[in-house]
Amino acid sequence: MAEKPEYWRWTESRWTNPDIDWKGKVITSGIDVGSVSSQAVILADGELYAYSNMRTGSDSPDSAMKAINWAMEKTGLTLKDISYTVGTGYGRVNVPFSQRAITEIACHARGGNFMYGPTVRTILDMGGQDCKAIHCDERGKVTNFLMNDKCAAGTGRGMEVFADLLGVSINEVGDLSFDIDEEPKPVSSTCVVYAKTEATGLLREGWPKNKVLAAYCSAMAHRIMTLLERIGVEEDFAITGGISKNKGVVKRLEKEVGIKIMETSKYDPQIAGALGAALFAKALFDKGKK
Amino acid sequence: MKANYGYKDGSGDFFITIDTDKCNGCRKCVEACPYGVMAVGENENDPLSEKEVAFVTENERKKIKYTCAPCKPNKKAIPPCIKACKMDAIMHSW
Repeated sequence: MAEKPEYWRWTESRWTNPDIDWKGKVITSGIDVGSVSSQAVILADGELYAYSNMRTGSDSPDSAMKAINWAMEKTGLTLKDISYTVGTGYGRVNVPFSQRAITEIACHARGGNFMYGPTVRTILDMGGQDCKAIHCDERGKVTNFLMNDKCAAGTGRGMEVFADLLGVSINEVGDLSFDIDEEPKPVSSTCVVYAKTEATGLLREGWPKNKVLAAYCSAMAHRIMTLLERIGVEEDFAITGGISKNKGVVKRLEKEVGIKIMETSKYDPQIAGALGAALFAKALFDKGKK
Repeated sequence: MKANYGYKDGSGDFFITIDTDKCNGCRKCVEACPYGVMAVGENENDPLSEKEVAFVTENERKKIKYTCAPCKPNKKAIPPCIKACKMDAIMHSW
């Protein structure tokens, strides 16, 4: 039997800033070990130098090592060159080479502020297994936050389950969900398990795949909207995390909120947490020197 | 900072909100809570600040609907944590 394709597999990424020579500079790093993806970000004197974004394995310390090694690849850097490392995300206490662990709420606000600029006030992080709505000030300090990590509705993991069920590559879900005759009603259940059952039923009724995807994307957007309503949305509004790459959810959410969502920055939006951690690492390193 | 601890699930929204700007870290809520939901310590979401504030313990964040139920027998009941807080820094969403 042929092996089933991995529809859920999203594209991993890595990047090095070609304009920076790290030698002689203070190197700090941030590691975000999430439930689904892990990122490592390296800063040279507080400037973004390199990053990597890959899938989290079953072993947190190992995932952290793999992410930092991939980020350091071909740069000549070794762990010894890094002055301070901050860990964040679910596995933050399990980053073997880190000096401190900081919550992903604080890190996302700080990283979002760096990526999207000081005008950003609301950051929605749509992660692999949770969803965080954060308000921050012009320096990236948290002023209000809410996190939902009890339930996988409206998270990347839910989207992976759907991609797999429908046999559609997760990278194409967004585009395909707009390739429909008319916008269907959202699936009524946002619980991943029940929504999957509902989707199976719709497929049996003869709904085309794209229509089912559209119904799920809009259910997800609606679910996130009800979460956002609790703390409100202030402009500018930016989304980070894996789902921010899924236009099917982002465009529908934009319509529900009625506020334009900021264009994604040139960097991978999944690195926001690790970037914030690396910025905290720099601040804590400087504080320790004084 | 308004820190919302809790969750949203199929049965509703269950959040305890702590206004860390109002909170003075007096620990009255910790003493008042019979179930160990409240604690005081460093503000984990503002790592560069030294101020100690109240927060909901990690263990309880996903089950406050159940843990807090005995203190909230009806909609009018004011739970002891809110009563104990002189700074008006604690709110319940449900």
